[in-house]
Amino acid sequence: MDSGQLVNFSALGAQFLVGLSRAMILFIVCSGMSFVLGVLRVPNVAHGSLYMIGAFSAFSISTFLGGSTAGFWLALLLAPFVVALVSLIAERALFCHLYEREHLMLLLFTFALMLIFGDLVKLTWGAEYRSIMAPPFLRGSIPILGSAFPRYNLFLLMIGPLVAISLWLFTNKTKIGKISRAAAVDREMVGAVGINVSWVFAVAFVIGCFLAGLGGALVAPTVSVTLGMDHDIIIEAFLIVTIGGLGNMWGALVGSLIFGLTQAFGILFWPQFAIVFPYAAVVIILILRPRGLLKAVW
Amino acid sequence: MFREISNLKSFGPIAAIFIILLILPPILPRFYTYILALMFVTGLLAMSLNMVVGHGGMFQFHHAAFYGVGAYAFGLILKKTSLPFWMAFGAGPIAAAACGLLIGSFCVRLTRLYFGMLQISLGSLLWAIVFRWYAFTGGGDGIYGIPMPSTLSSAKSSYYFILIIVAISLAVIYLIFKSPFGATLLAIRDNPERCEAIGINVRRHQVAGIVIATFFAGVAGVLFVALERSVFPDLLFWVLSLEIFIMCLLGGWFTFLGPLLGAAITVALRTFVGIYTEYWTLILGVILILLIFFLPEGVMGYVMEKFGSQSYESGDRG
Repeated sequence: MDSGQLVNFSALGAQFLVGLSRAMILFIVCSGMSFVLGVLRVPNVAHGSLYMIGAFSAFSISTFLGGSTAGFWLALLLAPFVVALVSLIAERALFCHLYEREHLMLLLFTFALMLIFGDLVKLTWGAEYRSIMAPPFLRGSIPILGSAFPRYNLFLLMIGPLVAISLWLFTNKTKIGKISRAAAVDREMVGAVGINVSWVFAVAFVIGCFLAGLGGALVAPTVSVTLGMDHDIIIEAFLIVTIGGLGNMWGALVGSLIFGLTQAFGILFWPQFAIVFPYAAVVIILILRPRGLLKAVW
Repeated sequence: MFREISNLKSFGPIAAIFIILLILPPILPRFYTYILALMFVTGLLAMSLNMVVGHGGMFQFHHAAFYGVGAYAFGLILKKTSLPFWMAFGAGPIAAAACGLLIGSFCVRLTRLYFGMLQISLGSLLWAIVFRWYAFTGGGDGIYGIPMPSTLSSAKSSYYFILIIVAISLAVIYLIFKSPFGATLLAIRDNPERCEAIGINVRRHQVAGIVIATFFAGVAGVLFVALERSVFPDLLFWVLSLEIFIMCLLGGWFTFLGPLLGAAITVALRTFVGIYTEYWTLILGVILILLIFFLPEGVMGYVMEKFGSQSYESGDRG
């Protein structure tokens, strides 16, 4: 941007909201990843693939229902459950037999899942670009601060906090949530008091993947749904979870906000290097606070 | 340490293999010469990763970043400047080692998963810069048609060049493993606290290990360019880093030549499976799962275990 005229207050404000709504998507995906990381202590490399499966499932469901408004809501509701089912199968059939193994093996296992899911998506949906239409009342834009702001992004701004509150209620107010928090801190102790740790891990894994699917379904109307979505999101999720503090849900929120906003403002100031800004922010934070901004759960 | 080549007896087979590789190119079709050369390059890359992961116990999650830096430094100097070939050849590994020093010194402040995550972040920053800086690195398209000196113009001569450089590198890596420094690195892997207590500067040794490993990753990057004459940002992408991990796992972490074997198997599979199906990554994923479940010590580790000579002391790296 060469002229100061363009970078005025209203452009800044609009870009701030765009960054904020991007941060909401990132938060939904990353909170799931962070939850799995906190309880299982494994960075789930396949998380991005599950996000992609969520987006493709949402596409299929809404297309199957004729692209109607009801179809959109049903897609948003069902796609995460499809992803949760896929992850439950993978967890119970394969992953649960590996918990005793070292970290590196678990990480490589999730990488294998990523490779397999990527090609399965290609087999099922093909390599074409897909898109979903949001229902009419979420299309178009409304003027905010003198510039047009997409309605769908406003919807995302409402969903994000909703997910944060639900996740907080789940981990703090339900029994299984409390058990999973305990398992994150001291899994031997949880096992010693007679709780089946393997099932706690399964539940945590499936909930984390559910959030990945929800993120994928929510992002589907704003982007073109295509192969390679997994690669784009997973590295961002890794970085966000790291700067937030491993396994810390609020850390995932802080990390997502930093990532989304630096990206949005980067586009405003230096479009060519927009993707470098969030990475640079991450590097600066990690050099100053190598263990992340907030406290890790273990 | 490495029983497979620890006595004179096993130098026989290795020398024999080397001689066979020397006389092969005139007999083989051009395509197979290329595949063999690619195996050597990838093998050197995997061996350099194994220096820090299998041998050093560090979670070097983004090794490909250094491979890419070496390749780009070499390619950019040849393409954009008129500096002599040997200077470009030296600049690749040195640039990679410099990045290794910089990134490594930040990473060794942390351990295990944090180490790995920090390295992924720093390596991804390198990737993002290379990917977006169109004016300098060619961005997402990369750089094609990098000029090579006339002595390296034929497939045969580049094969010999790669074979000799890789052989020298492996010999140096072996000597480093056998040196007191290599033994210290192994000790740090198995018990960093105790090493600290007997007065070893753990972090400095780890940084030194990373610098050496990234140097050889840079050598592999340079050789890749000598073979392919092009560079592209995928060389620095984190997916490649995890693929190198698979190669090490496939060959065997706790063996000397295992990663080389793993890389050779991976390159061969990719080439020949790729002919029949476009779903190569699906097959790679299935192979990886089978390995994790049934052959966690890798092919070489399994062979060593099966045929008497114990591989080497596997430490507690959990």
